[in-house]
Amino acid sequence: MLKTALLDRHVALGARMVPFAGWEMPVQYTGLVEEHIAVRTAAGLFDLSHMGELYLEGPDAGRALDFALVTAPGKMAVGKAHYSMICAADGSVMDDLIVYRLAELRYLVVANASNAGVVADALRERIVDFDVTLDDASMRTSLVAIQGPKAAEILQAHINVDLTTVKYYSGVEAIACGVPVLLARTGYTGEDGFELFTAWDDAGVVWDTLMTAGAGHGLIPAGLGSRDTLRLEAGMPLYGQELDRATTPFEAGLGRVVKFDKPGDFVGRAALEAARETPRKVLVGLRLTGRGIARTGYPVYLPGATDAAGIVTSGTSSPTLGMAIAMAYLPVGHNALGTEVEVGIRTQRVAAEVIAMPFYRRST
Amino acid sequence: MEYPDNLKYSVEHEWLATDGTVGITAFAVEQIGDIVFVELPAIGSMVEASKPFGVIESVKAVSELFAPASGKVIAINESLADAPETVASDPYGAGWLVKIELTKPDEVHALRDSTAYQAMIAAS
Repeated sequence: MLKTALLDRHVALGARMVPFAGWEMPVQYTGLVEEHIAVRTAAGLFDLSHMGELYLEGPDAGRALDFALVTAPGKMAVGKAHYSMICAADGSVMDDLIVYRLAELRYLVVANASNAGVVADALRERIVDFDVTLDDASMRTSLVAIQGPKAAEILQAHINVDLTTVKYYSGVEAIACGVPVLLARTGYTGEDGFELFTAWDDAGVVWDTLMTAGAGHGLIPAGLGSRDTLRLEAGMPLYGQELDRATTPFEAGLGRVVKFDKPGDFVGRAALEAARETPRKVLVGLRLTGRGIARTGYPVYLPGATDAAGIVTSGTSSPTLGMAIAMAYLPVGHNALGTEVEVGIRTQRVAAEVIAMPFYRRST
Repeated sequence: MEYPDNLKYSVEHEWLATDGTVGITAFAVEQIGDIVFVELPAIGSMVEASKPFGVIESVKAVSELFAPASGKVIAINESLADAPETVASDPYGAGWLVKIELTKPDEVHALRDSTAYQAMIAAS
């Protein structure tokens, strides 16, 4: 089991540790709902050091990524970041990613922990004809995220950049808590917040400094449990649930991410052009109107039908909204807002309704 | 955490009172986390010792409820439909789950008393 540089701190804080993608990670500290609400109303501190960090550098770095991914990193301005995906030749999703352009010829690709090896291998294979090198820095890089409406205020006192100049989905080199970081205004919670990439051993001082600085602002450590409910409320997909090798970006409602207008071929282009016209399913948001909570893998029925028409990919009792919400795949044509369906929960069928995503949107 | 002396405890972390009332222990409450949903059997249905009779759900996950003894369900805690969090706030009182009429009273001897139950969870 892989351990982050912060493992001892999590244990000392009383976290419940669980195996996740080969890593021993904190699922919760004081309680999932308390952590979720802290992120929505104040701030939460996350250890995300299990994520994969892949650096690409060289004269062809932009062109290589344009070929390997569905987005157009070659056109991105230095200092910016964007959400991207790496697809297989058949158009299915291998992982979803954040891509940062750190310099004219240097990029950072952040992959899910569960796919870090798959993404590194695929990138290596796809860049062989380009003048670019790939450096898998996953085991030398820690990642601490501070998320929530108080995140900027807490972090500002401990970083040498004016955070008002750091726009959403941008990344900048900085000194935070006395150590060099890549500071990014990104997150996976639906709140404002920052992610700080550090050298492996520097995560400790960043964590300790922000824990102390945030205590008076309501910051608490937050685990992967609340990260999951926060992203679900925010309508963000999770690889392995909404996204997988049986799903195209169009089916997941993420067709806008695929940049067909970029120059040249890219892996999956032909299949994706066809897939755009022929989705086999469509991702929807559900609100359960009957009693019960829809969970991953539960069947979804059209009213009165015997056979399942779709499947729940993620579901919970929303701590912010106080109702059961879910994401599910349904057949094309049955995804209009207000469509009534039934979720199979154990021996019962529970009424649900297609509603708009995101389920939660922050007010500012 | 509190484990009243007048209750018997199962290895699946349910308690049984002498009148047949069943609930979950403070240890189970802590393990499950924020309780948001409870599903109980119908009155009149039969439950079997160590077999699932319902579910309890947190924000994160679904857990089964296991009967501490066999019997017929003669009452269920209807108030949990609207206030499932009561199980966490008062697990030995207002957060009770079901009441059963035991069909095999000898099964009670297989349950632990408070001291033995606390020793079991301390060792886990």
